[in-house]
Amino acid sequence: MDKLINDLKVQIIAQLNLQIKPEDIGDDQPLFADGLGLDSIDALELIVLLQQHYKIKLSNAEDGPKVFKSVKTMADYITAHQPKV
Amino acid sequence: MYKNGRSLFENEKIELPEFLIAAYNHFEINYPKFYKMDILSKLGVLAADVLLKDDFKIEDYKAEDVGIVLSNANASLDTDIKYFETVKGIASPALFVYTLPNIVIGEISIRHRLKGENAFFVAEKFDVDFIQQYVSNLFYNNVLQVCICGWVEVLGDKYKTVLYLIEKNKNKKSLDFTKENINKIYENNNG
Repeated sequence: MDKLINDLKVQIIAQLNLQIKPEDIGDDQPLFADGLGLDSIDALELIVLLQQHYKIKLSNAEDGPKVFKSVKTMADYITAHQPKV
Repeated sequence: MYKNGRSLFENEKIELPEFLIAAYNHFEINYPKFYKMDILSKLGVLAADVLLKDDFKIEDYKAEDVGIVLSNANASLDTDIKYFETVKGIASPALFVYTLPNIVIGEISIRHRLKGENAFFVAEKFDVDFIQQYVSNLFYNNVLQVCICGWVEVLGDKYKTVLYLIEKNKNKKSLDFTKENINKIYENNNG
């Protein structure tokens, strides 16, 4: 799980062109609003990230706020939904 | 980068995307959203920052009285091509939002909290007659008191950005808003 969380932080920074380091993102830090300050376009980019890197399509848009609450919740969602090879 | 004929920042050894970040750092701009912008918006925002710093107090005017009129030859084609490349796989939302040329006006407006009239015109060449007439008309009809005007163009590695600021009430230091002076500003900045 720790490796997945660290990978996610690196991927989020690259995908969203953030000028921060992976260690600047807390595992439970909110990604939107007062947390990392991401916006609605960033949310769409996170959906793309899940598809590109983890072959996961967010099937229910209403799950978005729960899935993208923090890096930890993203990692939990990936672990639960990643296609088995 | 030049301002009023004076060189402020130069680096011919690096490509445009790196040059824009180097200039952003050089001018110590603190606006993280800059990193997410496409090249056209980066050019416009960077030029507007340099244009507005030091000599001009934008806060002396109401936000509604400051407008932006820009033009270029290739609209948002530079980003359109990059977006088209992503469509072959998973389309990039972050690129899609920049597939209109007037987004650069929005970015400058957000950055400096401007709410005045704005327009983006696409023409093969810089059309000084049209721009002079259009902006003069905005002043004459009291639509604007100040206008950020110019040419913001990029396609691949070819780019040119020239911005100038026009005030309805001319101050002592400023040039007259004539076609000759606009042409001089445009041609003296052949990047």
